[in-house]
Amino acid sequence: MPNSKPKVVEKSTPGKTANISFEQPAEEILHVILKGAWTINAQLPPADEVEKRLVATGGVRRIGFKTDGISDWDSALLTFLLKVADVCSKRDIDFEKNGLPEGVARLLALATAVAERKGARKKTVREPFLNRVGESAIGWWLSINETLAFVGEAAIALLKFAAGKASFRRQDLVLFIQQCGADALPIVTLISLLVGLILAFVGAVQLMMFGAQLYVANLVGISMVRVMGAVMAGIVMAGRTGAAFAAQLGTMQVNEEIDALKTMGISPMEFLVLPRMLALVLMMPLLCIYADLMGVLGGLIVGVGMLDIGLIQYINQTRAALNISFFLIGIIQAGIFGVLVALAGCLRGMQCGRSASAVGQATTSAVVTSIVAIIVATGIVTVVCNVLGI
Amino acid sequence: MADNKPHIIVKDLTMAFGSFVVQRNLSFTINRSDIFIIMGGSGCGKSTLMRHMIGLIRPAKGQIFYENVSFWEANPDQRDRIIRKVGVLYQSGALWSSMTLAENIALPLQQYTNLKPGQIKELVALKLALVGLAGFDDYYPSEISGGMQKRAGLARAMAMDPEILFFDEPSAGLDPISARLLDDLILELRESLGATVVIVTHELASIFTIGNNSVFIDADAKTMIAQGDPKKLLAESKNPVVHKFLTRGEG
Repeated sequence: MPNSKPKVVEKSTPGKTANISFEQPAEEILHVILKGAWTINAQLPPADEVEKRLVATGGVRRIGFKTDGISDWDSALLTFLLKVADVCSKRDIDFEKNGLPEGVARLLALATAVAERKGARKKTVREPFLNRVGESAIGWWLSINETLAFVGEAAIALLKFAAGKASFRRQDLVLFIQQCGADALPIVTLISLLVGLILAFVGAVQLMMFGAQLYVANLVGISMVRVMGAVMAGIVMAGRTGAAFAAQLGTMQVNEEIDALKTMGISPMEFLVLPRMLALVLMMPLLCIYADLMGVLGGLIVGVGMLDIGLIQYINQTRAALNISFFLIGIIQAGIFGVLVALAGCLRGMQCGRSASAVGQATTSAVVTSIVAIIVATGIVTVVCNVLGI
Repeated sequence: MADNKPHIIVKDLTMAFGSFVVQRNLSFTINRSDIFIIMGGSGCGKSTLMRHMIGLIRPAKGQIFYENVSFWEANPDQRDRIIRKVGVLYQSGALWSSMTLAENIALPLQQYTNLKPGQIKELVALKLALVGLAGFDDYYPSEISGGMQKRAGLARAMAMDPEILFFDEPSAGLDPISARLLDDLILELRESLGATVVIVTHELASIFTIGNNSVFIDADAKTMIAQGDPKKLLAESKNPVVHKFLTRGEG
């Protein structure tokens, strides 16, 4: 019996070859003689050799095999034989397995044992253009509905919390507060300080042209406190915390952990979403104040270090430029961003599918959603403030 | 078909995570074409042992020989060659969820062979047919049942015609009939391909029907306490722990 151990396939192709020849002892019998190494890395004869022969001779009713010359075989021989078997069944020819190596015959039987389930194969039908437009419009409508339902549920959970009836673990809240508060300080420091520096640099070049360097303090102070502190903190939190929320909830969805909560009668909205939202809403204004301070410090470094403005002078100028309403606008915006980032992160996490790649998509789309929401909200707040004359 | 040459030899193996020793002094030999069972109670380190053998965890002490090559002392090239002769079916299938079944099976073929896409497609269809999943090429793992995922995982493990197949709890989560069918499939593949099969399991039915050699590792003793043909162990073992395990605590 030939060596029936399939050999491991190497990337290089050694000069192994497989041969096929035929003999026809009687008009209706065809013997296929297989020789050599029938392995995936060997040179195999074209698969339609047998069919060609059948067409050429005609009248064959039975196909047998002689395989004594086979030195080595693996799946390649099986795929070849399956094709021959296919041709045989199409032409109503008997396919005799007797001459095949024992293992091959058994595997062939195994491969044909379970018939292909009807309708299992997927048909790829390309939908007409209008259908696809319609479908994506409906999908869009559904996703808006889903989002609104989620926001509504979150609002209800918040009301329950206000009434003191929401059920979640206090230590979770504390943990999330730490994660989106204290743990975020280094990155917020870096980003806000740099933004303050950049604003001061760009502004200084313009202001120096008419000798108004001192107003760098106004420029940096007002823009940081009113808008940039909140926006920068918001974007950092979207990338840091929003993504983390989506990944956590998404993975819980994959592991059926959220289903487990539901079947225990615990609302995932109260138990998972509420503490995350509260933590972010509480921490965002604080992070915003911190970011404001860091931005102003960045401006101060440029002002004092490069523009020869005195330290006290810079601070006084900043204090004169700012008023409490700027400060409040910034903080309120930060609170809004906190809600938006938490909602986007949790929404995408809860909508996550049941696979690893779905978690990736959920995370990406959480970050995109949060950042878009932050920018749009900033635009709205700015226009509203302008109209109100604040 | 069973020529009794040693295929895998585990010698004086100690498994540890940091200073926590899971098992020590494991020494056993797996012969060619064996169906070798690694058994023991839950949490005794069966799967960890398998993960050591397939090169995922480095042993704290001891060696694992594949045909006289010590796996952890071999150079990366040799190690790669050994790993390519090994197919693994993980506990929950571990199919790549972002790929269809066909892509899952095709990946190793694309990586390690020079086959044309058409040939790869034929091979994929063959492997799926062997595990009874003909026609499911374009399905994603999330769209099929747990039992089908296992069989698809088996098809992927066989993609490269491995000489050694590892199974981690193959029948966990399957109904008795599917578990039986999977056992039959494993036997059939072993007979036809002549592959060596290593199974981590505590499923008594499978242990007795398919296993012809085994090692029993124990969590309390922190080492192996029996080895040999499971049927013989059942009849002859004097060790109360082994006896209790093999008789479901009823003997």
